[in-house]
Amino acid sequence: MEMTGAQMVIEAMKLEGVDTVFGYPGGAIMNVYDELYKQNDFKHILTRHEQAAVHAAEGYARATGKVGVAFVTSGPGFTNAVTGLATAYMDSIPLVVISGQVPITLIGTDAFQEIDATGISRGCTKHNYLVRSAKELPRILKEAFYIANSGRPGPVHVDIPKDVTAEIAEFDYPTHVEIPTYKPTTKGNVRQIKKAAEAICNAKRPIFYLGGGIIHSNSADLVRELVAATQIPAVETLMARGVLEHDNPMLLGMVGMHGSYQANMAMSEADLMIALGPRFDDRVTGKLSEFAKHAKIIHVDIDPSSIGKLVDVDYPIVGDLKEVLEVMIPKVKECVDPDKYQAWRDILKRYNEIHPLTYEDSDKVLKPQWVIERVGELLGDEAIISTDVGQHQMWTAQFYPFNFPRQFITSGGLGTMGFGFPAAMGVKRARPDKISINFTGDGSILMNIQELVTAVENRLPVINIILNNHYLGMVRQWQTFFYEKRYAETDLSFQPDFVRLAEACGGIGYRVETKEEFDEALKDAVDKGVVALIDVIVDRDENVLPMVPSGGTLYNMMLEYKD
Amino acid sequence: MKVERRVISVIVQNEHSVLARITGLFAARGYNIETLTVAPIPDSNLSRLTIETKGSVRVIEQIIKQLHKLIPTFKVIEHEEMVEKEMVLMKFPINESLANIQALCEAYNGGIMNVSSHHIITMIADEPKRVKHFIEAAQKFHPVEIVRGGVVAMERE
Repeated sequence: MEMTGAQMVIEAMKLEGVDTVFGYPGGAIMNVYDELYKQNDFKHILTRHEQAAVHAAEGYARATGKVGVAFVTSGPGFTNAVTGLATAYMDSIPLVVISGQVPITLIGTDAFQEIDATGISRGCTKHNYLVRSAKELPRILKEAFYIANSGRPGPVHVDIPKDVTAEIAEFDYPTHVEIPTYKPTTKGNVRQIKKAAEAICNAKRPIFYLGGGIIHSNSADLVRELVAATQIPAVETLMARGVLEHDNPMLLGMVGMHGSYQANMAMSEADLMIALGPRFDDRVTGKLSEFAKHAKIIHVDIDPSSIGKLVDVDYPIVGDLKEVLEVMIPKVKECVDPDKYQAWRDILKRYNEIHPLTYEDSDKVLKPQWVIERVGELLGDEAIISTDVGQHQMWTAQFYPFNFPRQFITSGGLGTMGFGFPAAMGVKRARPDKISINFTGDGSILMNIQELVTAVENRLPVINIILNNHYLGMVRQWQTFFYEKRYAETDLSFQPDFVRLAEACGGIGYRVETKEEFDEALKDAVDKGVVALIDVIVDRDENVLPMVPSGGTLYNMMLEYKD
Repeated sequence: MKVERRVISVIVQNEHSVLARITGLFAARGYNIETLTVAPIPDSNLSRLTIETKGSVRVIEQIIKQLHKLIPTFKVIEHEEMVEKEMVLMKFPINESLANIQALCEAYNGGIMNVSSHHIITMIADEPKRVKHFIEAAQKFHPVEIVRGGVVAMERE
């Protein structure tokens, strides 16, 4: 069937089963929006900034595992979307972002709203395309969805010049993809898996190092099975929160800069590290030369370039975690003796008794950690938790009782402030059955505050809980610890009235200073099912602890800060 | 860490901006490109890039993995033992000894390509190490311009 390039874009969305597109129109992508206007197959959600459109698509993708989709126009529309692409790229989130471009005849002439979009997105996408003709469009769109959500997932950017969206060509959407140069390895090498299984059974002090790849590959159930069968303790990275139930007796908590003491000690003293889908991020490893010094390392990852990038690996296994674990679990079960690790478990238990992850509550002022725990008590599994970036993000990772994969939505690799609110909108759109909470800070929330309008208009009742310490808290903490309290530009005492701000956009605002007020506000917001800002005034000087100072060693944590 | 020289051949799909993807990868990750040659492979939609690079063993390994990871990359060929050649064009003033220059170039698989009223242009093609020797030896004829072609390489087997 013949149709225009713009019609092809819409048809492809239908055929890919897309039910939601987040976006913002503009000159170069108007042909696509004109076709979008004529259809009823998917909903378009108009965000109020292109960055938010991409983050919302990310929230949708992170909550479901499906490809998130965003449409933006050329020039500034595209450049606004770049932060979203980079955020998705660092966390391996499947996205297809379609941008308009000036007509092919004008490319290279510095035309109005022209920018070299594929040149900019090359470094922050898994792949990108500049479409030269409508004839190529069906193939490119099919490939874009396939590349985004196969192998190691990631964002794909498709830049379509305006004359291509007007050009008429034959639309024959491919049913399958054949890219001779792109064939991700999903099946792990069986001999390597066997050797790894033997290493697990022979270890004395093994540790599971669980990463975000478990979430992407939907293999949390298998990981839980493996942990239960072996009774080997496990640590989770930020991106793996929710892989194990929060009360799983084998879970030592989060690892890394703000990980628990027992988790970091376990990493430092283990003789075998079983790394399932992490990427040895610097925020996890600390000083590399001291990282897991006594351990042999098994590393399972679908991306060969992740293996051995930072740390030498003894048992590299390239493959999809799910497929690898299906082979590995029976082999481990054959030889494992869970009792053998009892002494090791006892040591780690002792570490936790000496330095448990905790905080000092107060009657005088709300502690941010209390607020997070309280939401956990009140909402627990009913909520999907998004965050922005900073202290509140780390406290959420430490103190929320995560119980299932895709319950925690956060910008890990790029650390994008302003991510949380639009992502939580995407979450609500994808999971209307769940309560969508965004823990945020008084710094982060203002970075995409315009989305109040989007959320209210589209009835996406996100509850934003601002842990308000009137500081750019994480930077302030570093200034306290490492810059002799020179608080350069981190005092955010001058603030909007968040209650009136929420109301001005049609939402509800609450200002909270006590535990009782917090309970009431949260209950009210949940009952009413509205877009809410809960402005929680918390202890200004609370620090995220424990902490491995940047470049420090995991076994040498800062456990408390004394003024 | 010990820095090694390595020649890597990359076979890629001949498509828009594929060279930018490769050079962009080297730039973004701080890898070195010493020389680079690119040309289409006859009777195919593929191109072959030959990249001469330097780095520690871990860096070289990462370069190869990252090159593999690019979607249009068909194949990455890397061996310590490759047949390597590099071509050099060199321009000398006309008042230098034609015969001596000719003899020198012949020793490096080359000769005189062009003589005009002002200049002598020569070509040689040899292994990278010998190319270095040639450039040193040619200095005494006061070359006015040197154009190196970059390394091309082929597996022995």
